[in-house]
Formats: sequence, C-alpha cells, structure tokens
Amino acid sequence: MDNMFASNNTLTAYEKETRRIEAGPSGRKPRRRLSRRNIIVYGTLIVVALYYLLPLYVMIVTSLKGMPEIRVGNIFAPPLEITFEPWVKAWAEACTGLNCDGLSRGFWNSVRITVPSVIISIAVASVNGYALANWRFKGAELFFTILVVGAFIPYQVMIYPIVIVLREMGVYGTLTGLVIVHTIFGMPILTLLFRNYFAGLPEELFKAARVDGAGFWTIYFKIMLPMSLPIFVVAMILQVTGIWNDFLFGVVFTRPEYYPMTVQLNNIVNSVQGVKEYNVNMAATILTGAVPLVVYFVSGRLFVRGIAAGAVKG
Amino acid sequence: MTALTRGSVRPNQWLRNLNAKIASIPMILTAVVIFLGGTIWTVVYSFTNSKLLPRLSFVGLDQYERLWAAPRWIISIQNLAVYGFFSLVFSLVIGFVLAALMDQKIRFENTFRTIMLYPFALSFIVTGLVWQWLLNPQFGIQSIVRSLGWTSFSFDPLYDADIVIYGILIAALWQGTGLVMCLMLAGLRGIDEDIWKAARVDGIPMWKTYVLIIIPMMRGVFITTLVIIASGIVKVYDLVVAQTSGGPGIASEVPAKYVYDYMFQAQNLGQGFAASTMMLITVAIIIVPWAYLEFGGGRKRG
Repeated sequence: MDNMFASNNTLTAYEKETRRIEAGPSGRKPRRRLSRRNIIVYGTLIVVALYYLLPLYVMIVTSLKGMPEIRVGNIFAPPLEITFEPWVKAWAEACTGLNCDGLSRGFWNSVRITVPSVIISIAVASVNGYALANWRFKGAELFFTILVVGAFIPYQVMIYPIVIVLREMGVYGTLTGLVIVHTIFGMPILTLLFRNYFAGLPEELFKAARVDGAGFWTIYFKIMLPMSLPIFVVAMILQVTGIWNDFLFGVVFTRPEYYPMTVQLNNIVNSVQGVKEYNVNMAATILTGAVPLVVYFVSGRLFVRGIAAGAVKG
Repeated sequence: MTALTRGSVRPNQWLRNLNAKIASIPMILTAVVIFLGGTIWTVVYSFTNSKLLPRLSFVGLDQYERLWAAPRWIISIQNLAVYGFFSLVFSLVIGFVLAALMDQKIRFENTFRTIMLYPFALSFIVTGLVWQWLLNPQFGIQSIVRSLGWTSFSFDPLYDADIVIYGILIAALWQGTGLVMCLMLAGLRGIDEDIWKAARVDGIPMWKTYVLIIIPMMRGVFITTLVIIASGIVKVYDLVVAQTSGGPGIASEVPAKYVYDYMFQAQNLGQGFAASTMMLITVAIIIVPWAYLEFGGGRKRG
C-alpha cells in the first residue's frame, strides 16, 4: 500500500490520467435513490410489514376502547377516548367458569410452571448433551437417535401413556407433573443443541482437564458451564417462549386451578356465557402474549439463533 | 469420541464411565419409556375397545373401521389435507420471496426481520384469538370494507363452513411465514457470492438465476423447512381451538382435536388411540423418506 502511494506521487498528471482510464470506472456507481427496483423492493416490504403489524395494532387499539365505541366504530380507528378499564378487568375481574379473579391467576400459574420447567429441562438436557459429546458410552447414540426421532412423533400419540405414568407417580394434575412433561418434551431439541455445542468446543481443553485428574462433574461445572453461557441463553429463550405458549399440555396435565395463562385466556374469550367484551378479550390477549414478546424484543438476534437451532433438527 | 473413552475394552464394562451413564438416565428413560414405549403402547391399545379406561380386550381393526366411517374424522382429514397443502405452498413461496427481497442489501433489514418474525413468538392461542377478532363479520374486515361503500362485500370465513379452513390458514401463515423467511434467508446467505457474479457476467436475468441456480442449490434448506412445516401441520390443534373451536358445526375439525376430544371428553379411548395412530402414520410418511434421503442415502454414497 505504502509503495503504491509513493510511486503515485512521482507520476505525471498525464500518466495518472491514462492509468485511471485503463483501470476502468471505479468507485460507487452513481445510482438514483428511487430506482424502479428499489421502489418495488421497499414497497413490497413495507406492505408486508404493515400486514404483520396490523393485528398487533388492532389488538392494542381495541383494548383501549370502551364497548360502546367498539359497537359503532371500526376496528382500525384509533380510540377516541382512551380507557384502561379493559386491562384492569382482564387482569383482575374476567371470569372463567365460576372464578372471577381475572387472568392474574393464569399468569402466576404460568410463572410457577415456566420457571421450574425451564431450569430443570435445561439442567437435565445440558448434562445429557455433555455426556453425549464428551463421555460417550456404548448405546448412547442409539438412545439419542430415538430421542431425536421422537421429537417428530405427534404429542397426541404419547399423551395417554404419560397420563398413566404420572398417575402411577401420584403427580397427575399437579404442577410437578406438568414440569416433568415439559422436561420430557424439551429434551430432544435441547439435548441436540447442547451436544452440538459441547462437541464444537476444543477437545484439548477436555483432555487437559482429564490429565489433571478432573472427573465428569468437575469438568462440567468448572470448564463446560462457564464456557457455554451463550448457548444457555439460547436454550432459555427457546424454553421460556415454548413453555409459556404451551396450551395442549396445560389442558391435559393440570387441574383447572393450575391452568396456565394460555388455557385461561382461551376459556375467557371463548366462553359462551355473558356479553362478549371484545376490549377485555383483546387486553387479555395482549397480556398473555406480552411475556414471549418481551423475550423476543429483548433477545433479538439470539432468538433467531435459538429458533434456527430448534428448526434444524438432526 | 475422545481417545480416552474409546479405549473401552476393559473387563468392568458396566462401571466404566458410570457418571455419564447416571447423567444419561433421564434421556434413556425418556427415549425408551416415553417415546418408544408410549408409542408402542398407544398403537397396541388402538386395537382394543377401551372406553373409559384402557383395557386389553382386542377387537381387531374395529376402531379403525369406526374411525373411517365417522364423518367428523373424514372432515378432519380433508381439512388437514387442504390446510397442509396450502400452508406448505404459501409458506415456502412467501417465505422465499420475502427472503429474496431481504437479501437485496436493503437498509433497515433488522427492523423488517423483527416485524416479520414477532408473530412467531406468540402462541397459537393468541394468534387464533386475534384473527378471530379481525375476521369477525360484525366488526372486522368485512364491516370495514362494507362501510367504505361496497355493501355486498362478504368475507366471513369463520362463519362459513365451506371456507372456514382458509380463515385458519390466514392466521397460521401470519404466525409462521416469518420463520420460513428466516430459514430461507440463512440459506441465501450461505450461497457463494461468486455464483451471483458469474450469473451477472453471463447476463442471466435475476429471476432466472433464482429459479434455475439458487433454488436448486438450496435443496437442503428447502427440505429441512418442508419437514419442519409439515410436522407442525400434523400437530395443528391450539390454533383451531382458539379461533373456531372446530366450528361452525364440525367444519374446521382437525385430527389432533379429534384425538383430544375422544380421549379426554368423550371417554372413548380406543377411538382416540386409533386416531392418534393414524396421525403417527401420517408423520411417518413425511419423515421416513426424508430421513432415508438425508441419512440412509448418504451412508451408501460414503
């Protein structure tokens, strides 16, 4: 680079000009900002973005209106008079069956389900993945293959046997039972995630620790765990959104007093009794979607990484 | 994998690597007892006449005959076929087109991606309820268009038995196309820049480069996406429950809902088991050829 500049300085103006012409056009091509191609690309993307945003907008707008305004107005119009009453009602007063204590109960149930499920499923799967990556034993791959293939089996096929197993254990219908179910069904993808991650770490680290006499758990806690924080965050994002959004397991494996938020939301909105209060319904819907949405917006690129990992199975 | 664990020709086979074996107990139990055992259990009991409780009194293929004679099951299967076909086609086409647009070195790429992917973070219940509201004929899109002056405009898929499944399809596409876009975009980014340069030098128009060169090169991404979408389609349940509860009448029933209702509502376990076995077979039809192509075929070549 330096050399070139040095020689450049000694060239005559004429030589410079010929070189420039010989080298062909350089620098950025002058382009009109609003080329036809750009209009098509951005135009399409903006229309698509509006389509994706529309439901969110309608949800928010509806939840801030009073029922009289909803009955006469159109759903896209911004509220003439903003009211937070629907939100209060959705949180604290909406009825499911005989209970009228709102979605708050479902929210706290979901918290009580999600927190232990996320921790236990990640703990179990990370150790599994670690054993598979670094401490292979005979038959381990076979079990792992069954596990990954099992991820594709429709849940409906395995639900009833699990009901029986949980009943035998005495935890059917309890939060413990549901936590076990989430741990089971989170296992294939999480184990895969951790196995691939641990297998990608430099093997010398593991060997050196072995030479120093470290055992299975020492290496896991002292070396693997501190090195794998990003993958734990990805797993957490995956599990928090997945478990929070679950509906089927919540319905099947818990009693009504333990129903997670999604189940309670569905019961509130689709209940046949009483007058439909669309504003309350929409406020309740936003409240239920809020947790995964916050996780999504905060985690950004890691969320994409999580679903990419979750999506590319095998 | 490692040299240390590979030297496993020692007499005390079972005690070797004991910690790893203990740590793998949850995985082994899940794989063998729940996934393998549970599946076999369900298939075996689908040949019994279990009602309220599972009982081992075999009745041959009775449950399956009853299943395929039930109008509700036939409608469920038809719905699944229609929903599955359009869902696959539209997800792949829309997802790819969006990814191609996003790949034009555009500005605000992150913003667009965030917007397209956020529905995927939401549950099917939330998705279903929002679209139930948007498609509400009294207040939703239909009434808006009518109030603009087109008074005969009719768009109420959730209340029309003939098109209700398309109403569910709209909601499903809203929720899921962002994911497909992301997978496709990752695939596009993996393609060598030189391919594009070569195509440009040869004067091949852009759309032709996509159709004839890029898409064939992305075969792997397409197949993976296809398998993900397809196995999601077979499981579709929450969305229907939230959006239509299977109605109007039984017009939007799906197999997963049939299974749940017969197992936990109608107390007719045998029917539920038979229906879930049919779901298993459907998934196997999708997965087995894929697994064979992806793994079995590869081994032969190698």
